[in-house]
Amino acid sequence: MVVRVLNPGLSTTVQDLGRPGYFHLGIPIGGAMDRLALRAANLIVGNDEGAAGLEAVFVGPQLEFTRDALIAVTGADMPIKLDGEEKPSWTALKVRAGQVLSFGFLQTGARIYIAIAGGIDVPLALGSRSTYPIGALGGFKGRAIAKDDELPVGNAAGGREGRSIPEALRRRPGMPAELRVLPGLYWHRVTEETHRNFFDDQWKVAPEADRMGYRFRGGRPLQFVERDQPFGAGSDPSNIVDSCYPYGSIQVPGGTEPIILHRDAVSGGGYFMVGTVVSADMDLIGQLQPNTPTRFVKVDMDGALKARADRAALLDRIRSVFA
Amino acid sequence: MSKAEIKSPLPGMFYRRPSPDSAPFKNDGDSVSAADVIGVVEVMKSFHEVTAGIDGKAIRFLVDDADAVMAGQALAEVEA
Repeated sequence: MVVRVLNPGLSTTVQDLGRPGYFHLGIPIGGAMDRLALRAANLIVGNDEGAAGLEAVFVGPQLEFTRDALIAVTGADMPIKLDGEEKPSWTALKVRAGQVLSFGFLQTGARIYIAIAGGIDVPLALGSRSTYPIGALGGFKGRAIAKDDELPVGNAAGGREGRSIPEALRRRPGMPAELRVLPGLYWHRVTEETHRNFFDDQWKVAPEADRMGYRFRGGRPLQFVERDQPFGAGSDPSNIVDSCYPYGSIQVPGGTEPIILHRDAVSGGGYFMVGTVVSADMDLIGQLQPNTPTRFVKVDMDGALKARADRAALLDRIRSVFA
Repeated sequence: MSKAEIKSPLPGMFYRRPSPDSAPFKNDGDSVSAADVIGVVEVMKSFHEVTAGIDGKAIRFLVDDADAVMAGQALAEVEA
């Protein structure tokens, strides 16, 4: 069976849980920006958690189903319509052959995840079906879906209509969004005043935010500790001798606008990093719209590991709904 | 006289001109046809044209140039 794309939305890509293991070669992990939402959508329709679904940012696609199917939409709040009739989110929905799935205006959040029982059955590329558009790798022909594409869907395994995930288990960013940050190796490069300001200030998401990185503005510029720039580093105080960039690392070119590297990150470069967003909060970033007020919250390693354990416990509770 | 709203399909920054030195796409009081571009929304490093979607006369903008907008927010109204 195939799903026909009547309208792709703004940028809708096939994503699974990504392709770990190639970042040292410059190929990022990719995959769903909000992995918990994709896992949840898959569980609802009876798929493996890591099956490929569709990630649509800000604008939902319009899709025609050529056969009966079971689907679920999770993530951002965006009215879901089947042949124009509104349907619940985070719930297994029966779609009949010929029906059209469409969406209203985005309300809160940034990205929806559409899981179809059987999963999107595009070929594996380096072990994943995720689309890395800049590298023309994976997904549907290495790119975002386009009008008239026919997306192949695998054989469904036994999901049931009407199953859903309770409201309390749907994780969303708060307002303002709070992202926990572990200060990093270059923390000594900025002044004590900046150590305080960075966490005291309210930032907001800049319109440049995308799958590679989320940019923020609105906080006070960072002040650097004076030094003679070492051999190999650029002349700006925010430059370092080239280094690896972790996922979630926060670089601040010129000391003005922090950029959090996300799933489609570049793997290294010459900007200092103030710290790293804890892995447990990376999903939340994927649900931030432009202009969302955001605070960075300082944690130590124990705090980061606690956040990771809490998120794992939440996932276990979601799994237990379908056990 | 019925009024219709033109809504932003996207969250981002709304601009009423194709470039900083250009004239606005439309001025208050101008007539519009459905295919006319009334502004652009900048998000994710690209600009997306917003079309009127309806024929009408006397467009009136509800947001300023370079305002932050939400998806579904009314950008302008027109007398149909």
